Amino acid sequence: MTEETPLRSLGHTVDWRLVILYLLIMLFGWLNIYAAVQSMEPSGIFDLRYNCGKQALWIGGALLLAVLILFIIKPYFWESVCRPAYGVVLMLLVLVIFLSSNVKGSHSWFELGPVKFQPAELSKITTSLLLASVMSKPEFRMSGWKNILTAFLVIALPILAIIAESETGSALVYAGFVLVLYREGLSGWWLGLAGMFVLLFVLTLTTHWWVSLALVLVGAVVYAVYYLRRVQSQRLRRQILALIVLVAMAGSAMVFATDFIFHHALKDHQKGRIEVLLGLREDPQGLGYNVHQSLIAIGSGGMFGKGYLNGTQTTYGFVPEQSTDFIFCTVGEEWGFFGSLLVVVMYGLLIFWIVQDSERARSSFTRIYGYCVAACLFMHLFINIGMTIGLMPVIGIPLPLFSYGGSSLWSFTVLIFIFIALDRMEKKYF
Amino acid sequence: MEYSNRSTKLLIGLGVVLLLLLGRLFYVQILNQSYKTDADNNSMQRETIYPPRGAIYDRNGVLLVGNRICYDILVTPKQVQEFDTLALAQALDTTADFIRERMEYYHNYRSRIGWQTLTFLKQINSETYMKFAEQEYLFPGFKSQARGIREYPFNAGGNLLGYISEVNAEFLKDHPDYKPGDFYGRTGLEAAREEDLRGKTGWHIYLRDSRGRQKAPYRNGEFDVEAVPGKDITTTIDAYLQSYGQKLMNGKKGSLVAIDPKTGELLTIVSSPGIDVDVLADFGSHYNTLSKNKHKPLYNRAVSASYPPGSVFKMVNGLIGQQDGVLHPGMYYSCYGGYVYTSSGRKLGCHGHRTPLNLEDAIMMSCNGYFCHVMRTILENPKYESTEEAYNHWREMVCSFGFGGRLGSDFPSELSGNIPTSDFYNKRYHKGHWRFPTIVSLSIGQGEILTTPLQIANLAAIIANRGYYYIPHVVKASEGVPLDPKFTERHYTLVDSTYFPSVIRGMWKAVNQFDDGATANVAYVRGLNICGKTGTAQNPHGKDNSVFVCFAPKDDPQIAVAAYIENAGSGASWATPIASLLVEKYLRGEISPERKDLENRVLRTKLIRQ
Repeated sequence: MTEETPLRSLGHTVDWRLVILYLLIMLFGWLNIYAAVQSMEPSGIFDLRYNCGKQALWIGGALLLAVLILFIIKPYFWESVCRPAYGVVLMLLVLVIFLSSNVKGSHSWFELGPVKFQPAELSKITTSLLLASVMSKPEFRMSGWKNILTAFLVIALPILAIIAESETGSALVYAGFVLVLYREGLSGWWLGLAGMFVLLFVLTLTTHWWVSLALVLVGAVVYAVYYLRRVQSQRLRRQILALIVLVAMAGSAMVFATDFIFHHALKDHQKGRIEVLLGLREDPQGLGYNVHQSLIAIGSGGMFGKGYLNGTQTTYGFVPEQSTDFIFCTVGEEWGFFGSLLVVVMYGLLIFWIVQDSERARSSFTRIYGYCVAACLFMHLFINIGMTIGLMPVIGIPLPLFSYGGSSLWSFTVLIFIFIALDRMEKKYF
Repeated sequence: MEYSNRSTKLLIGLGVVLLLLLGRLFYVQILNQSYKTDADNNSMQRETIYPPRGAIYDRNGVLLVGNRICYDILVTPKQVQEFDTLALAQALDTTADFIRERMEYYHNYRSRIGWQTLTFLKQINSETYMKFAEQEYLFPGFKSQARGIREYPFNAGGNLLGYISEVNAEFLKDHPDYKPGDFYGRTGLEAAREEDLRGKTGWHIYLRDSRGRQKAPYRNGEFDVEAVPGKDITTTIDAYLQSYGQKLMNGKKGSLVAIDPKTGELLTIVSSPGIDVDVLADFGSHYNTLSKNKHKPLYNRAVSASYPPGSVFKMVNGLIGQQDGVLHPGMYYSCYGGYVYTSSGRKLGCHGHRTPLNLEDAIMMSCNGYFCHVMRTILENPKYESTEEAYNHWREMVCSFGFGGRLGSDFPSELSGNIPTSDFYNKRYHKGHWRFPTIVSLSIGQGEILTTPLQIANLAAIIANRGYYYIPHVVKASEGVPLDPKFTERHYTLVDSTYFPSVIRGMWKAVNQFDDGATANVAYVRGLNICGKTGTAQNPHGKDNSVFVCFAPKDDPQIAVAAYIENAGSGASWATPIASLLVEKYLRGEISPERKDLENRVLRTKLIRQ
């Protein structure tokens, strides 16, 4: 069939902007991993005893994967394989609970000899694919309980498995998929409700439960007065009133649920991290240690940083998980605000261009998948950087393409390049 | 596309979040200066301050466990510069090989260790410390840290006090509030009172300059936490009596327990062979020898061992019989060398004595036959439809004396002994197929009954109190350490106090009546009015166990004692002298001249080979 279709050249079909950004982020990450490792132990960047040398291998592998996806595997392969793949990965997610060794309290790693991998990483890809596949069916509408429930179920199953692995933080990434549902027509009320829940949760913990409750009730009354004066139709008025009462009730329930969730559903370390974040607990040597050290490192970078390989905070080994979850500290300290800006802008552009390409796509599958990729990148970016600068609680998830780690690098490579391949198909055949 | 306006909204959202991140970064990196000052000073160093662990005193304020300062040598491998290995070895009283080995280890793991400070040597004494302190400047990277270790000025109550040891990885997993390097109580009071004794670890945070030298306190000590010393514990133990008890029990295997019946306070609790306090201070190096010793010195027999009580249990049956109305103190039963309990003529033997006897004399002479009659009337009481029902009633009465369950003392590792349930016999003999003859041994405290020495001593306290007891305990209330209210509560037995005098008279006669077949004359001390009861409990492993319970003085009891000596023969042979000497020491402060020979015999005799 390639004979009949007028093929456009490689240069025109592949979105090279994405590829170049991908390479830049990955290489910049590698340089910073080297800086983090080098500070502890002078060594070559290819020294395989250390994370930077190993990352070179992972990067080589990632590039192979990218080529494979871009040029060898047919793009429609992905949609055809998404159901069994989702099933298999879900099974792995459950199996790992029982078969894995305990790494810092979580059961999410498979260990096969020297190789370790986290099925949760794979699950981002399969969930995105299945979600795109389910929602791109012509008869699918983001209304009607059955459709919404199906979409939510696709997202919720891996979340439940990951929570059971005691990786609650990683599960938070999946909340990003709700943004995809919103794009596809999910009512904005859902986002509002989620936002309200977060707001009330924080407010209840930092002030007092009756402050939140008062806010809910006053908000409901103000809203009711505002709307009822504008709307003339009696039926609409009644509906709006019912809705507002419902939301107020839900809000009050949330206020009371907060206490329960916080004190009973969350584990002690999770509670502690949230308390530190909200400033309810000062503990620079204990639970707040990571964040405090990370803030000192980033904050000491100033405008232009201390210069590559000249960081002192990361040098002394005060920042934990330096080459993985807290890699952004090295950027902040050695490259300053300028470097941080560069990293944030690179990710911003990557996400923006993926969304742009998705909106241009004619196939709904490509569009929805693209949004899933953007949502995953966005959640990782926000949670990870937010954590290092004290905006989010400490949640151990990597900075995509940047942090040290093979399974994360490879799965983000696959995630992104499937999109680039799908996008290329768009341009090739339409 | 429908909803495509939402892509704009989402992109605006993305922009807002990214601006939020950048705004925060701008604030942290450019506007806020405090992070920079922290970082200019480069880094913080945390110095742990260990609190002194609480001391343990005896009831009269004698220090049993205190603290002595010793020093750990710490090293920060990254700061170590070239030094004279031999000089350091000399300063620290160690070998150059040891130092080389450690330094090589640090080198091999340098990337993992990073800038951490590690313990180089533990618990060096103050002399060595002085030597090191003079030359400390020669060895950058090395420094000392003071901490207290346990010291035992008085040799009393090794098993009772217990020992402490450094936390290990497994313990840390279950106890997140401990940190590596902390110590915790492993056994005895150190474990039971860990929360009181422990105190709170504090720390000072110092800033370190770029060359790793310590500078000013971080943020003027804003984040420093002062150590909170552990609380002192006052025990109910009488240190001198405990020490004397340990001497009496030296070379014997068994337990000696003394209770103040008026309060339930344990005056003495000896498990022999036991642990000497000088072993406790350095427990780690003795552990292997101790755990391999065939006499199990780590095992606290006084609260954990279960034995048949033997004849001292007869008092319990005598009391229950009276309460049930099937026995009257004036009832006489005859005994001709024993009690025949089956039609085929099976006999539970007794020693030769005059006959018939009433309750008092039966206790004085410890007649087996008499108490078989008593037990039979209890179990064949027409009030109950079956033996099982009567047995259940009897068991309930027995348990009200604190048998068959943990007493609930504040001492760890207390076990419950065993008074079998009727289910047990139903299972063994089938329901309805067991009657009094089947369980005749219970009459005289043999058979399936098992009790701990603590429970037997508590029995003595109950009789001394004429019917009630306080839960025996070892910790007194002191400042900051309140007494659990359960220890001030009287626990009444199901036997009325009116039934106790006849039993007590029997016990008094056993000690104080001469030339009439009394079993415990050896315990007689002029003027003390000791009341006692011997027991000779069968032991399947060798000679009988020697048992004696007593209290004194008869009408105003100050002390109740139980002695239980394994494989020592009859009750009168060893348990009776030991218990009575302890009573005499406590009430008189010294042993009367006419009993000096007895004391010497006890102190010198070794019944077991170590």
